[in-house]
Amino acid sequence: MNEELLHEADGGPAGPQVPLAPHGKVMAVTSGKGGVGKTFVSANLAAALAKRGQRVLVLDADLGLANLDVVLNLYPKITLHDVFSGKAKLEEAIIQAPGGFSVLLAGSGMVEYSRLTPEIRTDFLRIIDGLIPRYDVVLLDTGAGISDVVLFAVSLASVVLVVATPEPTSLTDAYATIKVLAGQQKREHIYMVINQTARLGDGRAITGQLQQVLDRFVVTEPGRGVRLVHLADIPADPSVRQAVMRRQLLMQTMPGCPAALAVTQLARKLEESVMPVER
Amino acid sequence: MAPIGGHSRICPGLWRKTLLLNFTDSRTDLQVTSLIAPSVVDISDLRLSDARALLEHGASAPLPDSDAHPTEFVQSVIDGLCELSSKDPLTGLANRRNFTAVLEREIDGVARSGEPALLLMLDIDHFKSINDTHGHSAGDQVLQAVAKCLARCIRPMDSVARYGGEEFAVVLPNCLVSVGEAVAERIRLTVESLTIPVGLTASVRATISVGGAYAPAWVRSTAPQWIERADRLLYRAKAQGRNCVRIDHQQAIAVSAEEKKLLFGHLALGEPAWIERAAVEPASGGASGVGP
Repeated sequence: MNEELLHEADGGPAGPQVPLAPHGKVMAVTSGKGGVGKTFVSANLAAALAKRGQRVLVLDADLGLANLDVVLNLYPKITLHDVFSGKAKLEEAIIQAPGGFSVLLAGSGMVEYSRLTPEIRTDFLRIIDGLIPRYDVVLLDTGAGISDVVLFAVSLASVVLVVATPEPTSLTDAYATIKVLAGQQKREHIYMVINQTARLGDGRAITGQLQQVLDRFVVTEPGRGVRLVHLADIPADPSVRQAVMRRQLLMQTMPGCPAALAVTQLARKLEESVMPVER
Repeated sequence: MAPIGGHSRICPGLWRKTLLLNFTDSRTDLQVTSLIAPSVVDISDLRLSDARALLEHGASAPLPDSDAHPTEFVQSVIDGLCELSSKDPLTGLANRRNFTAVLEREIDGVARSGEPALLLMLDIDHFKSINDTHGHSAGDQVLQAVAKCLARCIRPMDSVARYGGEEFAVVLPNCLVSVGEAVAERIRLTVESLTIPVGLTASVRATISVGGAYAPAWVRSTAPQWIERADRLLYRAKAQGRNCVRIDHQQAIAVSAEEKKLLFGHLALGEPAWIERAAVEPASGGASGVGP
């Protein structure tokens, strides 16, 4: 058992639980609750960014319960699992997804990686380091919940997107996640994507509501609280379900449907106002 | 018989003759039933005299007669020994071994639920001088009085233990971050108000210093780590004048009922309030940092 890691995970009286080592190109998609469309957003956002000319890789950071392979209908022989265990090189595990971006899938042997060990930490960092020179955007599709693996993956990202739906359970879990990120990682901005909204303006209002509760309950140093930035509403759209059932990418099969247009809009906003300028 | 994870349990097997063992194999998760002995175990063959002697002095429940049902008898011996091995003999509180197990369990709960759990480490101030001035039996009486007081101060779901020497530990599951300090302070004041009779005529007053730390929610920590953080706060309390409380507030991340009410309480009323407000002021969602 690695004492140093345990110490970091436990955190001292001062200092964040997860030390922040974000890279400008790394973006994390997280949610708190499962089943809110996190992987859907990751995959389609990657396709939308790729369409805008970005070199994008999506990394399935939900090491324990990966879903990206299901969404993309891709089952490669070589996966992140083989890279972690040293059986394959990083480049061998990177495959091309239908939407014009690259993916690094976790594979089914990853259940043993659902707990953060020093080895996983090191392997993960090594892989991210290997990816950064080759891509403009590395998207981390994290697992549900606020486990240490999720927090660690998110800590590597400079931009964090939280996906939530208007349902109370989703909002509660999103709120809990945001609290953790604000408290432990001292995040200043968290970007909100509200999925399956019923009406125009729902997402912005929900974001405002979350912000109000945060302002009231999350005590931080004055003037340095977390700001939620509402980025997109993805409207409830039957095309999404159709695409998922057919195991196809919405951006490819129905790029003109309302949900796909919202994802396109999200990609544009991210590129124009969120992503750091190339150094 | 329900399987008992990782533990074996003696169950009524063959009358007076054999002991059956039911347990769950940790590798296969299968329930296994096996005979302790290939043929028979006779109760009279077991060397129970040492155990009985221990239990006659220390156990809270009396032992049944040795001519009771043998299974019942052996079970009560085992239960008594379990109890003895988990208790501090002087104060009757949980001992350190027992307490560490409680902490490990609590960490599992916290990692899963994210509920705030508080660990308090408490130490009697200037205990050595009580011993030096009034003698060691006075010291014991102080320990017993403080232990009794601590046990009275906590909720049924909480656990209190004698951690070692004059140090005690309290774990408070599901203890809101906003009230942790008040709980610890109440315990400190209650101890401070005690007048503890020692010997025949004298009495002493004792104070305690308290350090507290919340478990890192959603993170599987370890008992030693958690104890170390609480201990560090205890040292701080000692260094800052004793008879005071110092708590580490870092884990304020569970979602309270109050927060939930604000988040979506209006959903129960039909129309979400934010939709009405959004209709009135569509562009002024205060949280937005990016233009529409």
